[in-house]
Amino acid sequence: MSGKRAVIAGIGHTEFSQNSGRSTMQLAAEASLASIRDAGFSPTEVDGTVTFSMDTNDELALIRSLGVPMLRFCARTRGGGGGASATVQLAAAAVESGQADAVLVYRAFNERSGHRFGQPVQANPDPVWNWASPFSLNTPAKVYSLTFQRYMYEFGLTNEDFGRYTVVARDWASTNPNAQFYERPITLQDHQDSRWIVEPILRKLDCCLESDGGVALLITTAERAAAHGSDAVPILASSAIQLEGGHEMFAYYHDDLCEYPEGRVLGEQLYRQAGITAADIDVAMIYENFSPIVFLQLEAFGFCGRGEASDFIKDGHIGRGGSLPTNTNGGLLGEGYIHGMNNIVEGVRQLRGTSSNQISGAEHVLVSAGRSGIILGR
Amino acid sequence: MTTVRPPISDFDDAFFWEGINSQKLLIQRCGDCSVLRHPPTPICANCGSMNNQATESAGKGSILTWIISQHPTEPDEEPRIVILVQLDEGTRIVSNLIDVAPTHDQVLNDKRVEVCFVDYDGTILPQFRLAEMQS
Repeated sequence: MSGKRAVIAGIGHTEFSQNSGRSTMQLAAEASLASIRDAGFSPTEVDGTVTFSMDTNDELALIRSLGVPMLRFCARTRGGGGGASATVQLAAAAVESGQADAVLVYRAFNERSGHRFGQPVQANPDPVWNWASPFSLNTPAKVYSLTFQRYMYEFGLTNEDFGRYTVVARDWASTNPNAQFYERPITLQDHQDSRWIVEPILRKLDCCLESDGGVALLITTAERAAAHGSDAVPILASSAIQLEGGHEMFAYYHDDLCEYPEGRVLGEQLYRQAGITAADIDVAMIYENFSPIVFLQLEAFGFCGRGEASDFIKDGHIGRGGSLPTNTNGGLLGEGYIHGMNNIVEGVRQLRGTSSNQISGAEHVLVSAGRSGIILGR
Repeated sequence: MTTVRPPISDFDDAFFWEGINSQKLLIQRCGDCSVLRHPPTPICANCGSMNNQATESAGKGSILTWIISQHPTEPDEEPRIVILVQLDEGTRIVSNLIDVAPTHDQVLNDKRVEVCFVDYDGTILPQFRLAEMQS
């Protein structure tokens, strides 16, 4: 491996909770400092940052807490959680091109005790909402359900099929002490007993766990990480796909509503960059704001065929002992929803051999945010 | 009584909402290459033209997908059927299906629909009814 290759050298996060009791800036700073120290770096060596365009923590305010004297690279990703893995793409591009030596990636919010994304929009935040909110499409659950319904109709699925994903996620979470649902596995009946959010598509337990918390990553080159003694994980591939006519929420205008076209193109890009195929992925971390989005991604990335995700999950492939352990931290439904960034932390842990649900011999991990993704590997 | 959030009309979308106020469902059409597009854009991605025209839709199409919108913790909110319509002209639009009971024990996918216009306390919206003759 080239010494110039980008690696994730450090990971850091706060606890994931329903009420952090402190500022989002403090969450960002705590996670950031933890990731820098985990990499064996000093804050004075950080010279770049990447976060979400949606993040409310200003870079300059953050570096005053950290003791970072200078930044020469600052970037932000478009969109929401779909950009989670794009943060790594931007940071990797910066360190591989020499625009920065050590890039801090951070995301922190009080998304449960403060502004909750799942609530109805109070004003059209963007012109695209004109085509939705006057017709009562005013929450993410409803907006996404309009595409999930066609998928269910086409393949004859019921909400019970989605529940089988949640049962697996909660099983992984039950043995992860960082998970908010640690030691709280559920049965399919528990899932079916939870209340409807959008009947008959989503129940409460199909929805991600709105959370407070912060996550950070320290990204640098392999040779710098080695010089610092970091337990670094190479970034074998990274990409972020936007398609004309596409949208992360209002995915209503592409030909086939039963596929995730950005995910399909993303998979092709990632496998080509890494020189591997879907069969080489040992662990998949798949962004799930709502359980059905996992089904669309399993198909988009070629782990199973069109319309086959339900059987793939039913047959045990994504759970313990399965062929594709998926969301081994419990995912965003089981561990917490830090906008997908906590799934990257779990991907790093799987390759370091330090996951609470360690998959032995894991060599390639896909971390997908649907339209952005990375492959980490040894 | 259904309360609706009024659209915010900006430059690119203004013609659409003006059309709705005159009970016309308009689709943006390139004045040069005639390609239809919705939601509207300021420039035609097909030919680069800014000669933006509009054509009146016949208002007929079929339901691609649908949900019942009802807030799970606010039972007083009136349920509405939200539909994604594939218009016969080729573009798609999100709207509501009216005059149909919002119940789950029906299959609305691929049903034929026709546009109508409803005034919700001063906000006129394009809405759809099931077509009388199923084709």
